[in-house]
Amino acid sequence: MSGGAPVRILYFAWLRERIGTGEEAVHLPPEVDSVQTLMDFLRTSDPRHAAGFERAALIRCAVNQVFATPQTKVSPGDEVAFFPPVTGG
Amino acid sequence: MQAAHFDVSAELAALSAGRTDIGGVGCFVGTVRAERQGRAGQQGPALQTLVLEHYAGMTEAAMAAIAAEAAQRWDLLGCTLVHRVGALRPGEPIVLVLAASRHRQAALEATAFLIDWLKTRAPFWKKEVFSDGTELWVEARTADEAAAERWR
Repeated sequence: MSGGAPVRILYFAWLRERIGTGEEAVHLPPEVDSVQTLMDFLRTSDPRHAAGFERAALIRCAVNQVFATPQTKVSPGDEVAFFPPVTGG
Repeated sequence: MQAAHFDVSAELAALSAGRTDIGGVGCFVGTVRAERQGRAGQQGPALQTLVLEHYAGMTEAAMAAIAAEAAQRWDLLGCTLVHRVGALRPGEPIVLVLAASRHRQAALEATAFLIDWLKTRAPFWKKEVFSDGTELWVEARTADEAAAERWR
């Protein structure tokens, strides 16, 4: 089983609607340690996440409120947000 | 970031209060256009509201970082960024950018930079809600990305 604090995961816009929640806390297995491996992990967790992450090229990410890349490291206790490209202004 | 309307005159007065060194203030106000991206040029239901969602916490940090970047690049005497969230009707203002400097060039350039980066680097999302109840998330425009890229 995983050790340490859960990762707080946030979803916004159509990704939030597809997945059906704006926030969840997830304990990560040790091999999940980056944005990319977290996306892969979430995608396989249930059909809603699979549908949400289907258009992976359209999904952006922030780790601890800073824009991140698929290679960005994710650690227990982090806040990770997934969302579509921003459309403010 | 706020749900309420903003008052451009009041924001302008606040930015320049007690100062005599400002030579010009650039100003951009973004408003809700009735013809929205999802239905542009098409017959059909009218846009009823534009719903602005944001990432509380990161939004403030991103806006502060964008303002700090503008201050690095231009000789600014101050700037103001106001972005509304929640449900807005056509014609209502969404976003306000003010940039004050000694001379107009820095004020105008910084204003353009600030709105270009706000559109592409601050975590806001727009959803169009039409009069028949249908909803459509606005997609990011490559033109906005290109506009932001010119400041690299």
